Parts: sequence; C-alpha cells; structure tokens
Amino acid sequence: MIVHLNGEPLRVEDDATVTALLERVNLGPPRRGIAVAVDAEVVPRADWDEHALSEGARIDLLSAIQGGA
Amino acid sequence: MAIEPRVSPAVVDPLEIAGRTFASRLILGTGGFPSLDSLAEAIRASQAELVTVALRRIDPSQRGSLVDVLDDAGVSLLPNTAGCSTARDAILTARLAREAFETDWIKLEVIGDERTLLPDAPELLAAAESLVAEGFVVLPYTNDDPVLARRLEDVGCAAVMPLGSPIGSGMGIRNTYNLSIMREWVSVALILDAGVGTASDAALAMELGCDAVLCASAIARAQDPVAMAHAVRMGVEAGRLARGAGRIPRRLYAEPSTPGEGMPDLAPRDDDAR
Repeated sequence: MIVHLNGEPLRVEDDATVTALLERVNLGPPRRGIAVAVDAEVVPRADWDEHALSEGARIDLLSAIQGGA
Repeated sequence: MAIEPRVSPAVVDPLEIAGRTFASRLILGTGGFPSLDSLAEAIRASQAELVTVALRRIDPSQRGSLVDVLDDAGVSLLPNTAGCSTARDAILTARLAREAFETDWIKLEVIGDERTLLPDAPELLAAAESLVAEGFVVLPYTNDDPVLARRLEDVGCAAVMPLGSPIGSGMGIRNTYNLSIMREWVSVALILDAGVGTASDAALAMELGCDAVLCASAIARAQDPVAMAHAVRMGVEAGRLARGAGRIPRRLYAEPSTPGEGMPDLAPRDDDAR
C-alpha cells in the first residue's frame, strides 16, 4: 500500500506498523529526539510497535533542529 | 581580571521555574548557529543550562545529531513551537515535542504575523490554557503587554516571556516601562525573549527586573558567536547584580560626590598684585 511520509509517497507492506516504517527508512531502532504523527495525531513511542498504518496514511516524522527563540 | 563578587550570584540566587532551579539566568536559543561545533562552543561560553530546540520533518541529508550535541553539553532541552500560527498547531507540536524529548516543558510560540513575528495573543492564550490542562509546563513567548502577561500567569503558565523587540531584530528593549510594569504584576519567572542585540540589552533586561534572558540571534549571528556568548552571560550577571544592588535615582542636575566643606582658601590675596 502507499502511505505519505513527510509529504512523499512511499510503498510499504500492507501490515506495516510505525516501527516497521522507521526501519524501512533506516531510523530504527527508536531513539530519543524523534516524534511521529499519523494523520495529525501524535503516536506515542510506546504504541509504535502496535500502531498499524492504513492506506493513504499521512505520516509526519519529526526530529530536533536548531531553532528559536 | 575583573573583581569577582564575594559570592557568585548564582550560588545564592538561582533561577527558579516550576520547582526546578538553574544557576544560569541565560537561556540559549539554538537557531542561527553556522554549525553544530560553533553551537557547542557557544553553549560552553554562555554557561546556559537550558537551550531551545525546534521540531521539523526529518531531513535525511542532515549531518550530526543536534540532540547528541546538546546531551554532550549537559544542557536541558526546552522544545518550542516555532513556526506555529494557530493554537491547534501549537498544541499538536507540543505533544510531539513531549514524545520526542521526554519533557513536558514547552516554550509556546504562536505567531500572528510573518513579517514582525509578533505573537497572536488570543491564540496564544487559548493554547497556553489547553497545554496547562494537559500537564505541560508552559513558557509562552508574548508581547510586551502587562495585561496579557497577567492573563498568561492566571491560566497557569510557569513563566512569561515578553519580547523586547521583534525576534532577530537586535533592537533591544523598545518599551522598558511596560517591562517594569510586568515585573510588578507577574510573580512567575519573567524572561526577556527577543530583541537582544548585544550584552548591554541583556544587562538592561535584568536591571529592569527580569529573572532571565533568552538569547539566540544576538549570539548565533554575531561575528564571533563564542565571544558574544561570553559577553551576554556577563551582561546578564552584571544586570542581575545591579538590580539587587539598587541603582541611584536619576536626577536632572548634578549631585556632588565630594563634600563642599573643608575646601582650602585658594583665593589670591588682595595685595598679591601681578
């Protein structure tokens, strides 16, 4: 199925979880400084293994950048 | 070498926010540093213990981990909601930051105008109230408006962070009187958040009664960021000491510092013809 990772389409397994997605883009295992939102809802770190993605899901994968103020 | 105060002010006078104490009254913004190395060096020179970070979509080409650099520096992270223009976005960003950095502290920014980056007061207040209810320790970036500051304290913010002038403008403190009024009205930490251009601006903020200063651009974009980090730290310390020491009142006319009595009679003698 196709999901949208940070605005770009990405093909993943039909039963992909958040954890599987992170591994797919070489960001596993989970580390501090990363946050995930699926369809504009936060997915807590503890749920990453279980949280199944659905067709067309919009995933935002975020990390710290220099900023602020 | 300058004369040191008898006891370091930080020892007897730590900054307190939401039950945590900090020896440093300078909070460092991480935006604008040319490299992670210069950021790390500036953190050392500033002696800051709290530094801000923003959250953005992961850039696969990014080199080096900001979080690793900050962890190595031994500082605490203060995530912000930079770039948010609605309460909804700011609240979602705060929740993401809590997941990413395992902290419920959030520097709340809700911007109402792209050109001035001035806060959007109604959205800011709404976001602050919601985040406090969700258990966040909220430090809002706000206008130099004493009434808004009081409202932010009323909804449970742990600090109030007024601007001195627009972010990155380096214009210093444009309304010192409002800042003085805020100091009288607000009992949570008052932190000058934007506008510092150089060390004397930071000193003035502290002299006006601010509890701390947040500084980013003035340090990061200085020609020598490390030297400026040191200078701003000293400005903050000098201003804090001066505030405690109590300045003399301003007078229109001179006030002699030497007594008039006991002056010798130096007038020429009447018969001292030349």
